[in-house]
Amino acid sequence: MSSVTISKVKKNYGAIEVLHGIDLKIEDGQFVVLLGPSGCGKSTLLRMLAGLEAITAGDISIGNRIVNDVHPKDRNIAMVFQNYALYAHMTVKENIAFSMRLKKTANSIVDERVKWASEILSLEPYLERYPKELSGGQRQRVAMGRAIVRNPDVFLFDEPLSNLDAKLRVQMRTEIKELHQKLKTTTVYVTHDQIEAMTMADIVVIMRDGVIEQSGKPLDIYDKPANLFVAQFIGSPGMNLLEGEIVLDKKSKIVKSGNLSLPIPQSSKVEVGQKVVYGIRPEHLKPKMNGQGLPAKIKVVEPTGPETHLYLDLDGNEVCSTSRERLEWPVDSDINLSPVLDNVHLFDAKTKLTIDVG
Amino acid sequence: MKKIRQCLREHSVPLALLAPAVIIILLVVLLPLIFSFYTSFTNYRLIKPETLWQWIGLRNYQRIMGDWAFWVAFGRTVLFLTIALNLEMLLGLGLALLVNRITWGQRVMRTIMMFPMMFSPILVGFQFKYMFNDTIGVVNNALQSLGLTHEAIPFLVDRWLAFFSISIAEIWMSTSIFAILILAGLFAMPRDPIEAARVDGCNNWQVFRHITLPFLMPFIYIAMTIRSLDVARAYDVVDVMTGGGPAGRTELLWTLIARTAYDDARMGRANAMAYVSILLSIFFTWFFFRKLMQARKHLGAF
Repeated sequence: MSSVTISKVKKNYGAIEVLHGIDLKIEDGQFVVLLGPSGCGKSTLLRMLAGLEAITAGDISIGNRIVNDVHPKDRNIAMVFQNYALYAHMTVKENIAFSMRLKKTANSIVDERVKWASEILSLEPYLERYPKELSGGQRQRVAMGRAIVRNPDVFLFDEPLSNLDAKLRVQMRTEIKELHQKLKTTTVYVTHDQIEAMTMADIVVIMRDGVIEQSGKPLDIYDKPANLFVAQFIGSPGMNLLEGEIVLDKKSKIVKSGNLSLPIPQSSKVEVGQKVVYGIRPEHLKPKMNGQGLPAKIKVVEPTGPETHLYLDLDGNEVCSTSRERLEWPVDSDINLSPVLDNVHLFDAKTKLTIDVG
Repeated sequence: MKKIRQCLREHSVPLALLAPAVIIILLVVLLPLIFSFYTSFTNYRLIKPETLWQWIGLRNYQRIMGDWAFWVAFGRTVLFLTIALNLEMLLGLGLALLVNRITWGQRVMRTIMMFPMMFSPILVGFQFKYMFNDTIGVVNNALQSLGLTHEAIPFLVDRWLAFFSISIAEIWMSTSIFAILILAGLFAMPRDPIEAARVDGCNNWQVFRHITLPFLMPFIYIAMTIRSLDVARAYDVVDVMTGGGPAGRTELLWTLIARTAYDDARMGRANAMAYVSILLSIFFTWFFFRKLMQARKHLGAF
């Protein structure tokens, strides 16, 4: 087990720079998720950690050792790939034992380790099978088995669940998290699925276009996104965003967006006339029938079971409101929305950065 | 009978459509096959057509069983096949691995690689015969100019050198079959397992040995199957270069059979030899096909 330090790391493909100086410190035993849309450089960064891609500039160290020029085999890392990357001509047992065979480990130890790994991953009935005789979830477990028997310093996961169906994905998500709690090995996990990131990570690192936009604990990022991109990217359904301008209304500052007057905390660090984006998460936009608040018209009602999602027309903007209650309101009915003042987010329209609301 | 007639009526259209193909195959393939098989039981000589009806039973086959020259040629063909196939495989594999690493001009290289296959084997034979000639050949000329030897090396006269020379010609001509098929395998190879193996602790040689080669084996066996049929019937290059000489030292099965059939005009005997030789081809095809199936068993279907 080891910490991982990434400092000022850049990556060029020819003249194109895809990573623009990444700084990241991962503590020993942490589960870090790199999250971002495709093409943001998260997989490239992971592959650089693994040693499968060269580093253009900067340093990567595992433990206290700089590994920039260390061959992947000498980094003591284990990686799980999106397409499982199993060795098709070897049985499950041979797949799991492969790294130990390379090191000429004694048979008794190999058997013991394979047994240990297959018990953790419930693979015992399949040890003599070949990869093509397994289902997707079983293949992914073999790939994980291959990783854990090595007792590596760092686990690397490259979108390991994206080839699985929805139900299996949820199940494997839990299994990976459980595995981490059991083994406590430093883990770097790449995904574009924010639910995976939120549920599994100790630390989420959100990347876009080769830079880190924000990193922190999942709920901190959810509650206090550093900028508009993070606010939009995290959360499903996404945060409602309304463009507007700060105006004075009876001596209190509000956001004027079209015909709407949106209340904001008076402690917000904004000036009158400032162009802002007003953000409110769906669960903080309370729907009320015949109550006070912003007038809106229901477009779509989505009952999900635990929650009801309402998609509404609010002065020409489509917004979403979620409620724990089972709302059986008819489409096209007029209702009112009231935002929870403490949960309002403000972003500067020009810099896209979060404004302190106090 | 009733059932058959009913069946014919029901399937009359497909039967009518298939009939020409079936009839042509019967005429072109099956009839000559039966005829040649029949002649192998006669004393048929090309110059005496009436001998076609001289049924002698198994005597041709009995003679072959005791014919030392035939079995030497048989053994030499197996040796020739073993040497040619193994060297072609190794060279083709090396070539494919190198070409696979080229990033610029790969298509041109691939085309150039195919050149030897574009020439008629007869011409390849003539060209190598000229190159290995002991008085005017370029190989001797080069060796002497470089001072490596002062005497002309009798490539096509010495028994082992002659065998070596025909092997070189055969290998030169057909290595590209292996190279092309193996290259196709390399193109189809997924990258992930290679990267996984590197992370798992393989150096480059171990990646090749444990991951790349097992993946390529089916492709190698396909090439082996094709080439074993090819080499087992080797005739043109050998006949042009050495004619089976010197003194029968490079005699292979088919040069022997052709001589028996056309020079000695013993068609019945030659056909019997041919049917025995075909066993060799069948054995190699079966052998490599089985290997191919084994190697493929766990690959693919991903």
